[in-house]
Amino acid sequence: MTKLLVLAETDGASVLPDTLPTLAFAQSWAAATGGSYDLLLTGGPEIAQAATDWQSYGAGHVLVAASPDLTHPVADRLAAVVNAALQQTGATSLAAPSSTFGRDVLPRIAALRDLPMLSDVLSVTNSGNGLTFRRPMYAGNLIATVTLVGNEGVFSVRGTAFGKPEPSATASPIEAFTGEMTPTQGTTWIGLDAPERKRPDLTAARVVVSGGRPLRDAETFERLLGGLADKLGGAVGATRAAVDSGIAPNELQVGQTGKVVAPELYIAAGISGSIQHLAGMKDSKVIVAINTDPDAPIFQVADYGLVADLHQAVPELTRKL
Amino acid sequence: MKILVPIKRVPDPYGRVRLTSGGQIDESDIKWVINPFDEIALEEAVRLRERGANVEIATVAIGPSAWEEQLRTSLAMGADRALHVLDDGPTDPGVISHLLAAVCRRENPDLVLMGKQAIDDDFNQTGQRLAALLGWPQATFASQIELAPDGSRARVTREVDSGRETLEVALPAVITTDLRLNEPRYVALPAIIKARNKPLQRLEASELGPRPQPRVIVQSLEAPPPRKAGRRVGSVDELITALREEAKVL
Repeated sequence: MTKLLVLAETDGASVLPDTLPTLAFAQSWAAATGGSYDLLLTGGPEIAQAATDWQSYGAGHVLVAASPDLTHPVADRLAAVVNAALQQTGATSLAAPSSTFGRDVLPRIAALRDLPMLSDVLSVTNSGNGLTFRRPMYAGNLIATVTLVGNEGVFSVRGTAFGKPEPSATASPIEAFTGEMTPTQGTTWIGLDAPERKRPDLTAARVVVSGGRPLRDAETFERLLGGLADKLGGAVGATRAAVDSGIAPNELQVGQTGKVVAPELYIAAGISGSIQHLAGMKDSKVIVAINTDPDAPIFQVADYGLVADLHQAVPELTRKL
Repeated sequence: MKILVPIKRVPDPYGRVRLTSGGQIDESDIKWVINPFDEIALEEAVRLRERGANVEIATVAIGPSAWEEQLRTSLAMGADRALHVLDDGPTDPGVISHLLAAVCRRENPDLVLMGKQAIDDDFNQTGQRLAALLGWPQATFASQIELAPDGSRARVTREVDSGRETLEVALPAVITTDLRLNEPRYVALPAIIKARNKPLQRLEASELGPRPQPRVIVQSLEAPPPRKAGRRVGSVDELITALREEAKVL
């Protein structure tokens, strides 16, 4: 029976929520192949405590690789650990979230295992003579239907395309990683500059309020968009132009090369709607666009368009909600 | 030190990609450019030299003869020489990383600097795969690169989902570039003409050893379903009413 290993995304101490849609992908994959899946948690010694929260998602085993060496996993060391975990579990395919975590390490493991890899998988089905996948190309302007030679592969999973995994009746047994912790091949972790998060995670938020360069400066961006986001219990996003010009930090970028979001409500303020930005948000359930330019392309994807100056409309919206 | 910059020819990211009636990419009026992330990598190599590093910059492209146009542009941007691996076959990141590894074994670069992804297939795999095949460290999604004066290592700031991470990698290594590393210079026509005298070497992919076959097979392409047309609202009050009563998201 074929087996998939799911690599959980962790920050070294806890498992991040985008692991959930990856488990939902694993359930689709198992239904399509008749196979099973294991879940691998990697991180510092604290990660062992997180394992009990992840026993109810249908994994055959929850494998835990906890070591001070994995507190800040760098790609070469993590790839070696995952490679050894594939051997330990007998899994021949691998999946992880399509975040910077997954995108960094998965292709490295794919090369170590000589496996093909699909990035940003949207779906997996059994077409009768093998697995068929869908994935976006050209900034989401095209959807490709793809197959793999040999069916086994490495998959980065687009979280917005998969919901929550079905809970399982029985608890997955926890097992310790028994492979060797190999030294890194020349990478030293220096530090992480991560601003404290006071709002919901951008990719998991029910509401996202995003802005572009017309916000002018960081203070206005935070005051106007942050104010509206807080009123709605949402997250704040930004265009590439806003990040490039220093109005917003890089981790807020929504788009082809930033984060892909699909909240229930996406409010785009002062965003013209470049192809690259639309790639990151056009699957949102309801899109609101506020822009002074009535011809801005964002209005073509918006459910509700308001031609107005965001500097008046956003504070008014915040006040009246 | 030697920096190798792999470049890919892609459709202009500001153009719209269309399908033919047969479901293939319509190439009839595509403007071809260097993949923007690779252009950023090349610009960074040139800037490292301009900041005083003793650097030789070689670009490499793996593709049909038409790709020479982008290699010529890379020479005009500041590469010292270019290598064109002529290859007409179907590819995927597994094939290209394999061929690039063979190029690296011939060229022995101290650093491979390349785009984090190509804006056509959006795979984001080749640099990481190349690093694994060579057994080198990797630093992906770079927004800042500093070379040690003795050229033994590089300090790289990476754009990650939670913020900015800093790594130090021993060279040789693979570094992939993100958007905010730099803004590539504009190349004027005289520079392209002048670059005609710079060396451009051609070799067949078969000279690099057995060529693997792609294992990612695109069966079909389709445009995603368009969103249904929305409507204009005249005021903030009307917007709030619509969101509450029609969309029911508030």
